[in-house]
Amino acid sequence: MTLRSYVISRILLTIPMILILLTMVFLVIRVLPGDPVLLHFEKNVDPDVIQAMRVRLGLDKPLWIQYFDYLFGLFRGDMGESMQDYSSIGQQIFSAFPATLELAIFSMIIATALGVVLGVQASKAYNRPQDHVIRIFGIVTYALPVFFLGMILQMSLGLGLHLLPVGQRFNPAMQTPVGLSIGSLHFSSGLYTIDSVLEGNMYKLVESLRYLCLPSLTLGLVLSGVFIRLTRSNMFETLRLDFVTAARARGLKENKVTYSYALRNAFLPVLTMMGLQFAALLGGAILTETTFSWPGLGRYIVDRINFRDYTAIQGAIIVFGIFVSVVSLVVDLLYAYLDPRIRL
Amino acid sequence: MGKADTKKSMLSAILPGLGSLAKRGLAGWLIIVGLIFVTAIIMITVISPWIRPYDPIKINVGPPLIGPSAQHPFGTNDLGQDIFSRVLSGGGIMLQVSLLSVIVCLAVGVPLGLFASYAGGVVDRLVGLVMDSIYAFPGLVLAIAIAAMLGRGVVNMALSIAVVYIPSYFRVIRSQVLSIKEMSYIEAANAVGAKNRTILTRYILPNIMPSIVVVATVNFADAILTAAGLTFIGLGVSVSVPDWGWDLTNGRALLASGTWWVITFPGIMIILLALGFTLIGEGLSELFNPRLEQ
Amino acid sequence: MSEEKKEKTQLLAVNDLTVEYSARRGKIRAVENASFTLDRGETLGIVGESGSGKSTLGMSLIRLVPYPGKIMKGNIILEEQRILKLKDEQMRDLRGRKISYIFQDPMTSLNPVEKIKDHFIELIQTHEPKVTKAQALKRAQQLFKDVGIQPERISDYPHQLSGGMRQRVMIALALALNPSVVIADEPTTALDVVVQAKILDLLGTLQERYGMALILITHDLSIVLERSDKIVVMYAGRIVEQARSTALYKSTQHPYSQGLLKSIPNIELADQKLEAIGGTPPDLLNPPHGCRFWPRCPFVMPECLVEEPSLYETGENHLVRCYLYKGEGNE
Repeated sequence: MTLRSYVISRILLTIPMILILLTMVFLVIRVLPGDPVLLHFEKNVDPDVIQAMRVRLGLDKPLWIQYFDYLFGLFRGDMGESMQDYSSIGQQIFSAFPATLELAIFSMIIATALGVVLGVQASKAYNRPQDHVIRIFGIVTYALPVFFLGMILQMSLGLGLHLLPVGQRFNPAMQTPVGLSIGSLHFSSGLYTIDSVLEGNMYKLVESLRYLCLPSLTLGLVLSGVFIRLTRSNMFETLRLDFVTAARARGLKENKVTYSYALRNAFLPVLTMMGLQFAALLGGAILTETTFSWPGLGRYIVDRINFRDYTAIQGAIIVFGIFVSVVSLVVDLLYAYLDPRIRL
Repeated sequence: MGKADTKKSMLSAILPGLGSLAKRGLAGWLIIVGLIFVTAIIMITVISPWIRPYDPIKINVGPPLIGPSAQHPFGTNDLGQDIFSRVLSGGGIMLQVSLLSVIVCLAVGVPLGLFASYAGGVVDRLVGLVMDSIYAFPGLVLAIAIAAMLGRGVVNMALSIAVVYIPSYFRVIRSQVLSIKEMSYIEAANAVGAKNRTILTRYILPNIMPSIVVVATVNFADAILTAAGLTFIGLGVSVSVPDWGWDLTNGRALLASGTWWVITFPGIMIILLALGFTLIGEGLSELFNPRLEQ
Repeated sequence: MSEEKKEKTQLLAVNDLTVEYSARRGKIRAVENASFTLDRGETLGIVGESGSGKSTLGMSLIRLVPYPGKIMKGNIILEEQRILKLKDEQMRDLRGRKISYIFQDPMTSLNPVEKIKDHFIELIQTHEPKVTKAQALKRAQQLFKDVGIQPERISDYPHQLSGGMRQRVMIALALALNPSVVIADEPTTALDVVVQAKILDLLGTLQERYGMALILITHDLSIVLERSDKIVVMYAGRIVEQARSTALYKSTQHPYSQGLLKSIPNIELADQKLEAIGGTPPDLLNPPHGCRFWPRCPFVMPECLVEEPSLYETGENHLVRCYLYKGEGNE
């Protein structure tokens, strides 16, 4: 199968999957427990108020009309209005999303780096004590509730040692990074680290990294177990392949053999796993953001749940789902591009 | 037959089982350690009403927020409740939720997986597509969404977790069934005219049991962590029942005051319970699919 | 003592080498008490079927016996250096430079994500750090000429080359630093018949030009009879016969060697069974008691089942491990 045909078919596949996802979310939120508006107003409220909200949000129409309104609305980028104050959900999500993205990226980097390094170590020390310790570490980190780890880190590194901030995303005494401005053109990614660099402000960069530290370390640690195990088993097999032994037989240095020969060939599955793990990452992100008061999409969902703002919850879940689908698509395409067998 | 005799016959059945496990090397030991954790915690939870020093939900049994001491080995929380007693009794909710979710998964996921993959064709593709969509979606997010809609409570938590987990069962069963389906003894059975249902129950089911058990143990571990997560967000059970997850949630506000014991001990219990199931799952998986060395 | 004498004496001496694998089910002695020598410029053939231990023997010469194998005892002396006593880093330095290895399957012996030229540049720069990339590339292109590949292929990836070409690349890599010994492990088994002869001829030509000693490991007796100076026959981890090729051909003494000679095959297959010798190779976990070959030996005698025979000298540098030759001398 050529690269082009694969890319096309893969992109085409994403469309029905997203459609199913949207339908599922719609069913869960609108159909499952009954009337979301009634649920919103827990106590007894004037029926006129309830009806007013229904009409305002379009929830009084027949179900199948609602469904199509919902789909077409999404197509236009309109996610509806919040039950709390009728403000635009799309706006709220748009401002919360970059924070989650930044957290996700850094956590993934930590998880992969930690996982690969430890995994390589373990595969080289196969069945010796170092290997067992690393494997146990991988299993235990998986069994850690992420919010518990977060709190432990907050207590020890943050409050105990006063090393790192334990909450929020940026130093409240400083102006948040604003990105690049050329004349009247303004560009900001929403990711504080990148925006700081764009601004050329090193102080802001350091601050944003400081605040990122504990949350991404927490999430990254919990996620690393999967990468440790994957790298370990892949490396173990790859290290036994002929071309690795042949490289050693030529007297190449061990580091070169481990990394240029073995790891480079064993890395592709790690890349795929990164994509697969994004789903798990987002779940953990919700808990992490809550623990660290990180103003991302995860905390947004939790807040909305506490306010019983069902339209907002629906919007946020959709964004999560689409994000995961897109990431998965990108990873698949990247994999296809990098695997020389498919490319040539 | 007295109680002593029953105990003896149970021991005589279990001990050789453990012995043969120990012989199986690392995998066996993982299972044994895991089983010890899990059974210990289950037993502690069950007998906790008789061994705990204080009523776990009674407030002000001691001065609030004192650290570990002789009277309160694990200290007290802000409501003056004894944490040690809460730790002893706090596993109940999680065990119930995870057990219930596993039961639901088995009751729904196994038949679904068996029939869909055995039937093949359009049914298989359709069900598979739905399952894949659920599977691709971030588990915790979906569980939160469902739990948010269903409300609090043990059953609702279990259902949320079950829905998220069924696709895992489905996948595992499907891949196993597909490979078994092609094997010649199925053809032979068909040739002899065996009914589909017989083939499924007599031939296929026993062979996929090991995989199902492995998935179930991982399901248990995940359910515990997810239940804790749901509680942390506020979708758990009500205050009146002692629950480790609730202690963590409550203790969060107290972090800044340096009262580390409020969250540490319940947290460790959650870890031990989840770890126990994970170890069992690891051990079983290693037993059934041993890594070939050379 | 004097320089000339050293030149004339051995390049490589192996004494009493024993290699054992500790598998889950038990221990396997892949090589037991192997001893032989190799002079400068000489060609040694090591013959045996799969599982005879010949590859393990070859790998132990560069100390790359794969886990869970271990060299249990014996010594290997290469140009006055005790290989088994060297530190890891010293051994690494020797590999590729003084002694190199050509692997059996060229399809899997090159790094799939690296261009051919990078294989060479890495190799040369590792052992001679002062060489620049451009210089290394030049040397590689020269080597390409020597082994008969078009120089522009050097920028290709391994999967773009055919099996025969990849094997030539392996040979070029092995020769790049002008080693004293080259070990070729089944250099032609993975190739088709037409290419085999070419590769073997190439090895012969290069040997003449570069003057290195060559160890040919193969299951094909005809190849070593033709192309080597002396031959070592292995069976179930033991050397069962050792002689100069001409002597071996004239007087094949061990029953196994005789069987090999009789069954010289026409077509090379990957998993070749020498049908002329009845029976199957022994399970090395539970080898037969006594001489390892007795279950398949047409001349088996009662004493063969009791204890393994030692090597008996039956002529000049001709050793046989068989009770049939006991009377004629002792080792």
